[in-house]
Amino acid sequence: MHLTIDEVRHVAQLARLGLTDEELALYAEQLSAILDYADLLQQVDTSHVAPTPYVLPLQNVIREDTAASSLDNAAALGNAPDQADGFFRVRAVFEE
Amino acid sequence: MSKALHELTIHEALTGMRQGDFSAVDLTQALLERIALLDGQVKAYLTVTAELALEQAAQADARRAAGGEAPLLGVPLAIKDVLCTAGVRTTCGSRILENFVPPYTASAVQRLADAGMVMLGKTNTDEFAMGSSTENSGYFTTHNPWDLDRVPGGSSGGSGAAVAAQEALAALGTDTGGSVRLPASYCGIVGLKPSYGRVSRYGLVAYGSSLDQVGVLAKDVRDSALVLSAMAGHDAYDSTSMPAPVPDFTAALTGDVRGLRIGLPDEYFIAGVQPDVEAAVRRAIDVLGEMGAEIVRVSLPNTDKALPVYYLVATAEASANLSRFDGVRYGYSAGADSIQENYRQSRGQGFGAEVKRRIMLGTYALSAGYYDAYYLKAQQVRTLIKQDFEAAFEKVDVIACPVAPTTAFRIGEKADNPLEMYLSDVFTITLNLAGMCGISVPCGFDGAGLPIGLQLMGPHLGEEVVLRTAHAYEQATHWHTQWAQPAVTEV
Repeated sequence: MHLTIDEVRHVAQLARLGLTDEELALYAEQLSAILDYADLLQQVDTSHVAPTPYVLPLQNVIREDTAASSLDNAAALGNAPDQADGFFRVRAVFEE
Repeated sequence: MSKALHELTIHEALTGMRQGDFSAVDLTQALLERIALLDGQVKAYLTVTAELALEQAAQADARRAAGGEAPLLGVPLAIKDVLCTAGVRTTCGSRILENFVPPYTASAVQRLADAGMVMLGKTNTDEFAMGSSTENSGYFTTHNPWDLDRVPGGSSGGSGAAVAAQEALAALGTDTGGSVRLPASYCGIVGLKPSYGRVSRYGLVAYGSSLDQVGVLAKDVRDSALVLSAMAGHDAYDSTSMPAPVPDFTAALTGDVRGLRIGLPDEYFIAGVQPDVEAAVRRAIDVLGEMGAEIVRVSLPNTDKALPVYYLVATAEASANLSRFDGVRYGYSAGADSIQENYRQSRGQGFGAEVKRRIMLGTYALSAGYYDAYYLKAQQVRTLIKQDFEAAFEKVDVIACPVAPTTAFRIGEKADNPLEMYLSDVFTITLNLAGMCGISVPCGFDGAGLPIGLQLMGPHLGEEVVLRTAHAYEQATHWHTQWAQPAVTEV
């Protein structure tokens, strides 16, 4: 398995990671080596094995729906890189 | 002769304070002096909260003077910097959170605070707990107190080094694939990874959510049990915390292993293990045998698949968890002209190399066309690994093996080869995949004088038998009484 630079660029776009050309080349090589190693798993017969996404026996954990205090506006915005009028401020999501 | 204050264990310090031999302020002052003396070289702490610590110590003394008592009243501890602390900067070892001050406190930390802890500061970590050496910290590398040219292990390497250099009585760490047990082993201290669900993850900045667990790095087993007792248990803020009763874990420390069945897994004594490590671990198991435990061979046949399973499952979870760092609500923002470009630049510039590598790997494993071959496959093999442990724990109470194939490696030695670095975790990640508990306890030194850890593994919610076995071994040996003497150079 060898990832091409274009495949790595596609994954970087999915992950919203701005990578330099050097990083793209390095990750193409390193991820290929790691995925080669992961091919070890293909030798295991898992045709009748259920996946384990999570180890606990707990399911559908619910609680009483009761009102409680939460962070106030100032605390919630305390780490915002940019804010205005009590909101997070971002660049326009839709192009003109 | 009597020990200096910074040399005390938690239980010794509590006895001293309760008898009125010294105050929490005296003890905290002694540790802050120790930090000032050594941390320029050890570099365990990212943030020292000296003023806050002295304030909390004074409050603890006042509470005690008024007749109050609490399980950790006046005990100075350090906290790994992936656990949120309200009002105290929490970086996760990442530049992307360089100025992040959480508005709330992690439940595990809050419970220690409620039990009377004095917080000394926040300790260094591989960025977002991704690493085995602290070399992936966005700030600096922590040095091993036994040999300053070597790594302390990771990712909770700041916590490990702080305890080993006696710059804190104990510290919290987190363990996703061995990040408490590995630094404990490399630093010659005790590292406890509780079962998944035993301690709340609320306020722990998530890396691999199905694997992460808060743990304890301490000077001895009794201290580990004390801290675990204070922070374990169900938390309404974490739906994956177990609604199971929390015993007083110190009550399990009977010193007696007679009749216990201890399993020896063939798959953990393989080529590639440093001979000194294998010899020390085998000697430790002989000691337990001589104390009356029954030693039984067991097999965990899927052990060699654990590393690829881990690096697919953990990175897939990480790629989702770390999508929250978007440069909008908190953390570094590149200030680019469009929102898409701002995501890419903020994340590309804010994350370090290993974090980006793992996000890429995880994103790939989850992407259309590869999900079944990688992510689903890894989850299926995870089932087999868990079943291996379940079958073994039908036959034995505890499993004993090395923590890591080697002792602490040199800074820079594995920095350019991610796969080789990942191999440091080969004996610890299995337990996280199975959700079970384990401990690293000192069991000797290699030819270069570097500490070696014995790993004892137990079933889910089996902390009592693990602590009991570790404590009995520790008390029968003298390893836990030996301390690093980092050279102090005058500045």
